[in-house]
Amino acid sequence: MILAHLLNEPVGVSHYMVVGAVLFVCGAVCMATKRNALGVLMGIELVLNGANINFVAFGSPYLLGSKAPLGLEGQLIALFVIVLAAAEAAVALAIALNFYNAYNSIDVDRGDQLKG
Amino acid sequence: MFTAQSIPTLLAIAWLLPLASFTVIVLLGRGLGQSGRLAGWLATGAIVAGFLLSATSLVIWTTSEHLNATGGPHREALQPGEHGEYAESSQTPSIYTLVAGESAPRDTADSGEQRAHGDAGELQESQGASHGHQAAPVYYAGDWYALGVFGKLRITIGYYVDALTVAMFCMVTLIASCIHFYSMGYMHDEQHEFTDPEVTLENGEKLTRRGRYHRFFQYLSLFCFSMLGVVVSGNIAMVFVFWELVGICSYFLIGFYIERQSASNAANKAFIVNRVGDFGMIIGLMALWGSLGTFSFGDMDLPDGARQAGIFSLVRPATLDGQPNEHRLAVPDAMVQWSAKDEVAQVVREHADDPQAAQSQIDAQTPEWRAEGFGYWLLIVAGIGIFCGCVGKSAQFPLHVWLPDAMEGPTPVSALVHSATMVAAGVYLVARFFPVFTPEVLLVIAYVGCITLFLAATIAITATDIKRVLAYSTVSQLGYMMLALGLGGWIAGVFHLITHAFFKSLLFMCSGSVIHAVHSNELTEMGGLLKKMPITAITMLVGCLAIIGAGIPSVGIGFSGYYSKDAILEQAWSYASANPLQNALFLVPAAAAAITAFYMFRLWYMAFLGTPRNQHRYEHAHESPMVMTGPLVVLALFALAVAWPVFGVADSLLESARPAGTLATVEKALVMEGLTIPSEHDSHADEVRVPAGLTAFGTAAAGFLLASVIYWWRLLDPNEIRRQFRPIHRFLINKWWFDELYWAVLVRPLLFVAQCAANFDKKIIDGLIDGTARVTTKLANVWDAIVDRRVVDGLFNGLAYGTWDVALSLRRLQTGKVRQYVMFIVVGTVALFVLISIVRSYALAS
Repeated sequence: MILAHLLNEPVGVSHYMVVGAVLFVCGAVCMATKRNALGVLMGIELVLNGANINFVAFGSPYLLGSKAPLGLEGQLIALFVIVLAAAEAAVALAIALNFYNAYNSIDVDRGDQLKG
Repeated sequence: MFTAQSIPTLLAIAWLLPLASFTVIVLLGRGLGQSGRLAGWLATGAIVAGFLLSATSLVIWTTSEHLNATGGPHREALQPGEHGEYAESSQTPSIYTLVAGESAPRDTADSGEQRAHGDAGELQESQGASHGHQAAPVYYAGDWYALGVFGKLRITIGYYVDALTVAMFCMVTLIASCIHFYSMGYMHDEQHEFTDPEVTLENGEKLTRRGRYHRFFQYLSLFCFSMLGVVVSGNIAMVFVFWELVGICSYFLIGFYIERQSASNAANKAFIVNRVGDFGMIIGLMALWGSLGTFSFGDMDLPDGARQAGIFSLVRPATLDGQPNEHRLAVPDAMVQWSAKDEVAQVVREHADDPQAAQSQIDAQTPEWRAEGFGYWLLIVAGIGIFCGCVGKSAQFPLHVWLPDAMEGPTPVSALVHSATMVAAGVYLVARFFPVFTPEVLLVIAYVGCITLFLAATIAITATDIKRVLAYSTVSQLGYMMLALGLGGWIAGVFHLITHAFFKSLLFMCSGSVIHAVHSNELTEMGGLLKKMPITAITMLVGCLAIIGAGIPSVGIGFSGYYSKDAILEQAWSYASANPLQNALFLVPAAAAAITAFYMFRLWYMAFLGTPRNQHRYEHAHESPMVMTGPLVVLALFALAVAWPVFGVADSLLESARPAGTLATVEKALVMEGLTIPSEHDSHADEVRVPAGLTAFGTAAAGFLLASVIYWWRLLDPNEIRRQFRPIHRFLINKWWFDELYWAVLVRPLLFVAQCAANFDKKIIDGLIDGTARVTTKLANVWDAIVDRRVVDGLFNGLAYGTWDVALSLRRLQTGKVRQYVMFIVVGTVALFVLISIVRSYALAS
């Protein structure tokens, strides 16, 4: 019922939010299921980008007109998240490399030394 | 009045200088020059300055307007009239001279007679009862500083200055000065590391310690300060304070070689035996103050303008109940009323509505009560109590045991203790309090002195320690002084105190010089020292001649002891002829005079004549340095000449200090009705003086001859005599077994009681306390087991275990699998959303 309602509406914030939510869920599932460290990394990127879509949508004057609660801040936060994601990816890849050095594998399930 | 201001001030400075020296030495100690070397000079300088000031005040006193130009005693401003009056000084309101109610011509005649006798020994008529017309002496009394005022009671630092005070000041400071100089030589060894030959350590070596030169002079200074304080004191409370200070100083000095067990015991013995006497003294003080309400000797003005009568004028009033009394001893009103409490209460009850009438009734009845004897016993108790203190300080029987043991101190200390200070304090106080003593108390004093002088003289015969001979001779001579005072011979007693101080300090310092030379106290190690130490030998011979009272009776010239001892024997003769029952009071001192001569010359012969008994010590002996022989020569001159009538010590200076009313012949005492105390001037009459003087000369000559026969000419063998009289010898050499007696009768029971108390303490009190502690521990253990361990610990341990178990179970969640964590996050987030939406829907619904 909600899906039908969306299809009847002109493209708005809700649609972007649906896309963001789908991306977020995809990312989360990817993180939860992938044993490959790089796959987990990709899931993280998906989650971040799902969130970014929400920021951009909420900050867009085209979608919300003069009612836009945020000015350019949405876009700025999105850009900030992208920069952070890049940095995080670099760190994460470094961790992955070290992980590989230690275990000869990048299967994250093998790195369970911190269990209680 | 120039003298009224100057003399107390001079004496105060002389009194405080040794205190200043003491303070400086205490604060700086070894810092004074090399190992405290300057301390000796400091203390000596202080006492010499004190002597100069005392001598100045003596000059002022003798040349002042109180004494007339011809040197006889003259009481200033003698006004005719019935009542005693007080001449007030215009400049110094607190200083008074007591002026008697007597006519001037009478007094002048009196003093003229005394002078005539003193100068030429002329016949003097017995003046009988009328002789009691004697005026009160001149004195200055006042307070320097009030320590505290509690109602009527004033505790003050005050002064009472009369001719006796000035004479004592000169005597004490002069002898102390000589002893200070002498000590600088004698205590020379103490300036560096000192090895005590009489103390053996556990490892067999002799004790070596730092020298205590400065400490010796520190105590000497304090000793002089205390003694001068006793002499200058204006009230009996202050006397008591300085009395105790003298006691503690003697304790310090007798125990100077504290590492020697014997010295430490002797110091304790001196202190404890003195405590016994002081206990009696406190009783006397309480009796006096409780009934009279004052401690002061003389009359003085209080700061509030009121006039306070001193003890002396209360006890010997110029007028009694409106009648002229001539300063006869009378129980003061306050003492009478205090004793007659029941009667006073009766009067007060009868006049309950009118207190004024009651007071006048009491005043009216007081003479009646006095005649009935109320308060007289109180006066006796006060007198005996004060005398008890003097018995302790002056080493009288039965408290004489401490003095010979006090020989453990360094010899200069013995000289000081035995002549000018400690033992003199006791005789001085008896002389000072003489007006307060009733005839019964005086009789007690006389008998105590009599027993003491005989007992000590006999012990001195067998003693072989040179210092012990002198110590017992001191006890014996003190007995003479007490005897003289007790017989009413005030001048005789005080005069002998002063002459004895000179020759006894001389004898002690000579013995110190001998000990210094031969390093032994034993007479049996000496002999033939005359050639080695001529100055010491000659000066000691002077001392011996002085102590035996050598003189020529018909010419009336002799050593100082001749005058004072003859005065004592004259008074004894006069007393014994007035009271035939008390004949012993003349016979015993006369016999003891022979013994004195015997043991003194035995000592001199054994030390200085004959062949050396110990060749090694003899060869080692040498004359002492100048700093020691100088004082000997000075003191020898004084021992020779101080009593010569030319100087007028007895006839003019001391006569002017005679307490008011004590010259009168006392013919009835209240308790012992037969007792007569003859006037002292009666003893100068030829029928007394000639036989008494011949007796004294004869006994002394007999003792001297006996000593010469045995120890000089060797006609008799001392060892043979000792064998013949073995039981007596044993009795005497054991000092009449007094120490053993006291040990068995007093010390042992006391130790037993102390042991019982200690056992009680250990067994019962400690047991009680230990038991309590043990019970408390038990209770605490129970409490610990039940409450602490079970309840409190259980609570906290349970909490901890619970936390531990929860954590263990939570631990399984921490798998270490990253993917699982992500799942948890997602599921958690979703669950959170669901929860929020449910809660929100409920919230909105309501």
